[in-house]
Amino acid sequence: MVARALTWWTILKISLEERLVYRGDFALGTLMRFLPIVTQIFLWTAVFAASESGTIVGYSRNDIVAYYLLTMLARAFSSMPGLASGIARQVRDGEIKKFLIQPIDLISYLLLARIAHKLVYYLVAAGPFALVYYLCRSYFPGWPATDVFAAFLLSLVLSFMLGFFLEASMGMIAFWFLEVTSLLFVYMLFTFFFSGHMFPLDMLPDFWLTLVDYMPFKYLAYFPAAVFLGKIEGEALYQGLLIQTAWVVFFIVSCRLLMQAGFNRYSGFGG
Amino acid sequence: MHHPSYLGVFLTFARNSLIRDMTFRANFLIEGISSVSWMIMNLGFYTLVYRFTPSIADWDKYEFFVFISTTMFVNSLVQAFFMPNAQELSELVRTGGLDFALLKPIDTQFLVSLQRVNWASLGNFFVALLLLAYAVPRIEGFELSPWHFLLYPLYIVLGVFILYSVMIALAATSIWLGRNQSLYDFWFYITNFSRYPMEIYEGTWGTPLRQLFTFVVPILVVINVPARIMAKPLVSDQVFLASFAMLATAISLLGSRWVFKQALLSYRSASS
Repeated sequence: MVARALTWWTILKISLEERLVYRGDFALGTLMRFLPIVTQIFLWTAVFAASESGTIVGYSRNDIVAYYLLTMLARAFSSMPGLASGIARQVRDGEIKKFLIQPIDLISYLLLARIAHKLVYYLVAAGPFALVYYLCRSYFPGWPATDVFAAFLLSLVLSFMLGFFLEASMGMIAFWFLEVTSLLFVYMLFTFFFSGHMFPLDMLPDFWLTLVDYMPFKYLAYFPAAVFLGKIEGEALYQGLLIQTAWVVFFIVSCRLLMQAGFNRYSGFGG
Repeated sequence: MHHPSYLGVFLTFARNSLIRDMTFRANFLIEGISSVSWMIMNLGFYTLVYRFTPSIADWDKYEFFVFISTTMFVNSLVQAFFMPNAQELSELVRTGGLDFALLKPIDTQFLVSLQRVNWASLGNFFVALLLLAYAVPRIEGFELSPWHFLLYPLYIVLGVFILYSVMIALAATSIWLGRNQSLYDFWFYITNFSRYPMEIYEGTWGTPLRQLFTFVVPILVVINVPARIMAKPLVSDQVFLASFAMLATAISLLGSRWVFKQALLSYRSASS
């Protein structure tokens, strides 16, 4: 047990050091990522100036800007750059073999590496995020109540787990189709549109709204942001957290099943 | 001295790239489809927005669709002809491959700017044509005139030249920096400003921002000028900006050529 914990601790430590090498580039990149927010503020100001009412589906202009800023935070938790494509690459060039012979579980290893990746990211990105949020503080309606804030934090952690296991499951598909780049691109488009990263999902017409409710994507960005802004309250909030948890469990299981099935049919390509 | 035929060389580049693209046909198709589906999502977003507002900064829905198709024309041309080459330039500098380009008896900027044509990016060009044909007749009070056929394509080409200038100047900085990996990111964030009607940049922060991106780095005129020519009535208001766009294109091209040449002077090859 101790030996095992030690192994995982070592993996985490190595991954941490690996990530810290490029911290300068990281911080600058994070700051630049907020630039599109500037155009979004101008765009939505123009939209609200022309529309007669001061709100659109219950969002004021300030709400929308706050919403975009919050989805960026949520995506900082739920986006997993390179996870699925990394698995696919390892399957294709045969590197995955080492997980078959070493006593290390592939998914746990990836999860630890990802946690290290994210920890370093938050460490470096905290500065730029704090700066931008401080500059934009007037767009926020203020701090939510303690229980809402707790729910928000919980939904962020769950969105990290959902993002990880969902994307890892996508990566496992590489066991069946060696070339999954196009599939991953479609997945990326879907997440961008249906996670609510592009606009508050409440704007969708009824049919699409129902459809979005049946998909896991909205828990990657829309849900945490909407919780913070108080758009989802009371009963609906608990229900939402429950469904988000259910999706996490679903993808934990499917990710593992896919990996087992994949290992069974794997035939070791590459050298 | 015998001068090479630039057109002939370019056509050879274009042909070779097409042959290369056709070797990986599935990949070509997927690339085309993905860039098109990205634009469809974008269109979906604005369709949604227009459910809640009659106009954005005086651009109504169909006028704005013309704006979007203009963006697609310009971007697809830039991505097809210049983007792969600008990215390659920083790689050439890092590996020392630029030596070979310098040795060729042809203008270096021409060679490194046009070597590769990414045909798949032209998929959006045709989608833009469809969108334009759909949106233009739906603009209220629109009357087609010969000027549209003359000026719209002309200003799209000028816009492409401006973006090319910004891009090649940015890429040339990799000669000084040794490597410039964030070039693509930087490019994305800069052109992000150009993809909206310039009227939205208004107010204490907006007006200086608009002036900066119109008169200092003229990326706002890239889409705005041709889009206005097509979507808005041809009135004298447009003359100032349209003439300025001509001047801006000329200065951008000359300026970027100067930057490129200066950068080449500090090139010191790499490895072997």
